[in-house]
Amino acid sequence: MNWKAEFGEKTEQAELEAQEAALKQELSDFRMSVHAWSDSVYSRPRPVFKATAHRVWQRAAGWALVCVLMVGGVSGGLFERQHQQQMARIEAARQAEQQRLAAEQRVREEEEFLAKVDSDVSREVPSAMEPLATLMAEDEAR
Amino acid sequence: MATAEEIAAQEFSSIVQSHRPQIFRFLLASTRDYDLAETLTQECFLKAHRNWSSFRGDSSAMTWLMRIAINLQKDHWRNRRMQFWRLTQTNAVEMDVASEWLPSGERSAEQKLLAQEQVAHVWQAVKGLSERQRTVFLLRYVEEQELSEIARATGLSEGTVKAHLSRALAKVRTELGGQR
Repeated sequence: MNWKAEFGEKTEQAELEAQEAALKQELSDFRMSVHAWSDSVYSRPRPVFKATAHRVWQRAAGWALVCVLMVGGVSGGLFERQHQQQMARIEAARQAEQQRLAAEQRVREEEEFLAKVDSDVSREVPSAMEPLATLMAEDEAR
Repeated sequence: MATAEEIAAQEFSSIVQSHRPQIFRFLLASTRDYDLAETLTQECFLKAHRNWSSFRGDSSAMTWLMRIAINLQKDHWRNRRMQFWRLTQTNAVEMDVASEWLPSGERSAEQKLLAQEQVAHVWQAVKGLSERQRTVFLLRYVEEQELSEIARATGLSEGTVKAHLSRALAKVRTELGGQR
């Protein structure tokens, strides 16, 4: 019994040791792999100029876009302001024209009213004066 | 006679020359993206250059640089999390491509193929690790740093580093164990 347990323990220990050794080897391979990969990537030529040129183009394009937006914004603002001023001028002219027409209308109405009053006043003759009026009309006709 | 500024510039230049490949390697392994690793490496050294005067030398320059690199990649992942296209893993190379690189040594073609497969499985496990576990795992098993160095670089305690490393290793074991 005793030797069996001892044998089992030894086998288990040997297995564990083998597993540890395998893990150690795998981690060592992993380390070597990362080192080899990194060395290879690190020593490759880096496209510094290309990247810089790319960045310059990007920056130029960015600035151009900003300029276009700014010019668009400013000219849009100016156009809007001019448009508003023009509309205000047109509105002022229209209001002045309306005021002028209203004034003319008032003058015309006043004149018509006065003319009506005149004619009404001239027509309304007291009945007592009617014969005299008739005579005056006859005189005028003659 | 060189001025203090010139001396500092020379010192920094030598630091860049000696540590750049290692920082690049760590960032490449973390992101599996050449261009991103290159960009983050440049950012790392730019940041280091700006703060070179404040580097007191409490830790080694490598630990200091690694800390900057870790923070940069952390920020990067945080920013990416905000973008819907992060799921597409835009420029990251496939695990098979990353595992292709293996020094031939004295192995037979079959052994090499087997090793490549195992490396691919380690990559697969690394992909499933949390950000911290991945960082700790890569620093330990790729950069072969001591636990104390990792603790200084990550700003974690040694105990926390051990815990993250243990969990990471358990996941790797499971991934590899499933393939045996």
